[in-house]
Amino acid sequence: MDALFEIFRYQFLLKAMLAAIFTSVSCGIIGTYIVSKRMVFLSGGITHASFGGIGIGYFLGINPILGAAVFAVLTALGIELVTKKADIREDSVIGMWWSFGMALGIIFIFITPGYAPNLMSYLFGSILTVTNLDLYMMLILNVIMVLFFLTFFKTILYVSFDPEYARTYRAPVQLINYILLSLVALTIVLNIRVMGIILIISLLTIPQTIANLFTRSFRNIIFVSILIALLGCFAGLFISYRFDIPSGASIIFTLVIMFIIARIYRQLIKAWLLRKQVR
Amino acid sequence: MKKLIELKGLSAGYDDEIILKNVNFSIYEKDFIGIIGPNGGGKTTLLKIILGLLKPVKGEITYFREGLDKMSTIGYLPQSFAMDRKFPISVCDVILSGLMNRKGIVSKYTKAEKELAYELLVETGLEGLWKKHLGELSGGQLQRVLLCRAIISSPDLLILDEPGTYVDNKFEGELYEMLRELNKRMAIIIVSHDIGIISYYIKTIACVNRNFHYHESNVITEKQLAAYNCPIQLITHGDVPHTVLKKHQN
Repeated sequence: MDALFEIFRYQFLLKAMLAAIFTSVSCGIIGTYIVSKRMVFLSGGITHASFGGIGIGYFLGINPILGAAVFAVLTALGIELVTKKADIREDSVIGMWWSFGMALGIIFIFITPGYAPNLMSYLFGSILTVTNLDLYMMLILNVIMVLFFLTFFKTILYVSFDPEYARTYRAPVQLINYILLSLVALTIVLNIRVMGIILIISLLTIPQTIANLFTRSFRNIIFVSILIALLGCFAGLFISYRFDIPSGASIIFTLVIMFIIARIYRQLIKAWLLRKQVR
Repeated sequence: MKKLIELKGLSAGYDDEIILKNVNFSIYEKDFIGIIGPNGGGKTTLLKIILGLLKPVKGEITYFREGLDKMSTIGYLPQSFAMDRKFPISVCDVILSGLMNRKGIVSKYTKAEKELAYELLVETGLEGLWKKHLGELSGGQLQRVLLCRAIISSPDLLILDEPGTYVDNKFEGELYEMLRELNKRMAIIIVSHDIGIISYYIKTIACVNRNFHYHESNVITEKQLAAYNCPIQLITHGDVPHTVLKKHQN
């Protein structure tokens, strides 16, 4: 009986670790794009709006993550379209979608008969209860994203840096934008199971910000932030397990501590280099 | 002289407003055209038409050489103030992106292309910046890097949008000397709302103030400008170059 329990425990820890790896890779890559393009607020909007999809999923009795995926992609493209076509300021449009999605989610969960199970895990994440289906979906997303970035790396970089210039060269700027926006939306939704709607923005920004303290290269920010995210996830998992607190929150706590240490470290290095010059 | 681009009876604008009316104008090989005019007069609109970013409402634009229509032989130096200076991209990559059109969206950049980018950087006196990233450059350095990006494809036509605005006078002078060299190989269009120093380098002047007036000389008199209804700093060449300010009268 003890042995069976050990295997069970080993299995769910293994799943959590796999989830941490998939989350770190996808958030490391797409988060670098988000931070470079200053799309953090947009990403926050997509994240919260996807709650509408979760509500609709509950109501229709389908997998809430599927509902959220459809809703998030539509939100991402919708914000881009409304901003362009209706000529309304982008941050105002984001604010509208952000709250509208949350409102839809609340309404649908309210009118769904019975108790909504796992609702809290969608809001705050729960890396220890990811299912096999979650893991498969994350794996597929990771493969697609890595292949896309490997194949089109320079084009993604150049188009993101100066879209107007790329347009004079007839590069498919709009298409690449839409694909990347969809990847942002899908990354957010599939990682909701791990970090939760309210906390996912952390993995898309904190590791990249730490990495950006030490490197200004897009490629290096990707690699370093994947490593930092991994470190943060594993350390957070350990803290969560050891002190019995929610995993999402402890992961963010770890990341912010890492940021503070990194920032102070860089300051010390700069001061030291400065002093070396006058010596 | 071979014709590169011709604009015929062309009008353009945004939404419900026509900004440019009835432009008839040809660009030839080795041209060096200064485009002047007040803000909101349509200078940028004209550039967007030539660059294919905006479709004309009326009239047509014809490209007479293969590549021009796909912009692979047009180099463009945009105004740099809108650029995100914190974007994580290296100087090398900024310059190489000038080859984007030729390379397609999948290709890797070869060693020869990187060497070409480095040579351009050396020519503009910035070889020390090769390993740097965008955020580490000064305004003048950024302009020069962007100029490298614009000319790495050895274009037939180089278009510059107010390159002197955010840099110091010394760099402005150096830039125009560089352009004079480049003009031996390519036609150049330079936009400025102040023709002060450029009038010395350009060959012809186009005045854009909703209407389009082409002036086939680099000297323009107060009378002519008045006829064009163009409120602009006025330049004539003599022993001492001097500026006369002409007020807009409406």
